[in-house]
Amino acid sequence: MRVSMDLELKDIPGQLLLVLKPISDFKGNLVTVVHHHEKRTPRGTIPVQVVFEIKADKLDDIISKFEESGVSVVSVDEKRYLEHGTVILIGHIVHTDIQDTIDKMDETGCAELVDLNLSMPKIDCPSSACLKIDAVNKEELNLVIELLKKIAVEKDLLVIEPIESELRV
Amino acid sequence: MKTIRTSIIGFGAVGQGVAKVILSKNEYLNNMGIDLRVVAIADSKTAVIDENGLDLSAVLARKLEQGSVGSENIGGTEIIKTVEHDLVVEITPTNINDGGVGLGNMIAAFEKGMDVVTSNKGPLALKYCELEEMAKNSGSQFKFEATVGGAMPIINLASETLAGNKILSMEGILNGTCNYILCRMMEENAPYDQMVAEAQELGIAETDPIYDVEGIDTACKLVILANAIFGMNATYKDVSVTGITKITPEALLLAQNNGYDIKLIGEVNGSKINVSPKLVPKDNPLAVGGTLNVASLQTDISGPITITGRGAGSIETASAILSDIISIYKD
Ligand SMILES: NC(=O)c1ccc[n+]([C@@H]2O[C@H](COP(=O)([O-])OP(=O)(O)OC[C@H]3O[C@@H](n4cnc5c(N)ncnc54)[C@H](OP(=O)(O)O)[C@@H]3O)[C@@H](O)[C@H]2O)c1
Repeated sequence: MRVSMDLELKDIPGQLLLVLKPISDFKGNLVTVVHHHEKRTPRGTIPVQVVFEIKADKLDDIISKFEESGVSVVSVDEKRYLEHGTVILIGHIVHTDIQDTIDKMDETGCAELVDLNLSMPKIDCPSSACLKIDAVNKEELNLVIELLKKIAVEKDLLVIEPIESELRV
Repeated sequence: MKTIRTSIIGFGAVGQGVAKVILSKNEYLNNMGIDLRVVAIADSKTAVIDENGLDLSAVLARKLEQGSVGSENIGGTEIIKTVEHDLVVEITPTNINDGGVGLGNMIAAFEKGMDVVTSNKGPLALKYCELEEMAKNSGSQFKFEATVGGAMPIINLASETLAGNKILSMEGILNGTCNYILCRMMEENAPYDQMVAEAQELGIAETDPIYDVEGIDTACKLVILANAIFGMNATYKDVSVTGITKITPEALLLAQNNGYDIKLIGEVNGSKINVSPKLVPKDNPLAVGGTLNVASLQTDISGPITITGRGAGSIETASAILSDIISIYKD
């Protein structure tokens, strides 16, 4: 998921690293950092806004790390995934690098694969998978399904998406 | 009473259905002010002609017993060109490569200013605009409700009943054979090949089911709808087509566990014309079973309108042809 945080850092060198390191340690993906040097607070701290992608279950860990190291967390605004989509894939799903397929979807930052149910009848037979995708809104859900369809063409997979009236914005 | 002289070109399942329907609805037609006289019938090898009106029961019996409609050696196109009549009911086999004999028959009819009612998709999927243009220029009526969805009156619904609405998009199931195969795969948790074989045994799928299962039949119907309802000037080449041959029983089970059916869905949406298997929520009106067809039209002022019905069958298809004939000639 995508998280936007307002933080306050002490005005001494090396503070930004205390923010960036935990994000990268927990395999987050930094989107933007805005350092408001000119907006020094009455407390003498510097406001910083960071936006990053992170697996939902790692967010609390990151916040604890910040607090341990004296970075104060003013607000956390996580994007809420309100749309839930289901898509079925048929083909050689595993052999065509399923991790890569998942990563490409998660990289969009606007949607996330939350469940994957794989059914492999026999070696060499095409397998089938049910993917549950959470997205911020219908537009983003449509975008990620379009992306999946593009990946599927490259990997010779069949994508079965919901009917148009289910996806209509 | 208006006397309408008609030929029936092609006398297979649908052609014989038309003859039966005309026989059984004769009085009904008379009450509508229509005296419908079939003056010529042709099959692939023979023909029978009587300018005073054929005895349809006798022709049906002969076709059944001898496999031919008559003894005259005159082709359908020749009949259209030489026998005096008003309406051609064109029901020869569909050919989507070059339109087949049907295309030539329709052109011949329009050249003489005759009206055409047909269930033959091929010529329309290839040359919709040219045919409409010819019909218009020669003052002919051209009706083809039976080409899409059999008994399900989708074209007339959109163009007449829903007049005043703008039709924004359409999605639906336009091939009963695919719907049957997918439903049965889901019910029996059985592989594709096995359920195709069952459908063939029951006469639901043809010996060579490729037109149905590869989505080609649905694509042709979408082309007709794209032109007739959405005014698109589309041909078969404009459709992206994926059939059902790769669907697995596992995929159907996964879908079912999540509250979905997998259906072969045809859609016209914006400039997009697409046939592919899709997930349909089990409580959605498109989730019809068996060989049924269904179509949902999204309209600007009435919202979604969904109709369902039998998409094929001799009498069902003949009923759509009859309704086209009546709509042309009723007062
Ligand atoms: N069956 C359905 O449920 C259904 C539904 C919707 C649309 N349609 C369409 O309706 C049309 C007819 O379908 P159908 O099921 O009746 O097909 P069918 O049973 O195969 O009958 C086709 C008929 O056309 C005749 N024919 C073939 N070549 C001919 C030629 N050159 N001149 C004159 N007649 C010729 C055949 O003659 P012989 O009898 O000598 O073989 C046969 O009588 C097709 O275009 C089909 O796609 C069918």
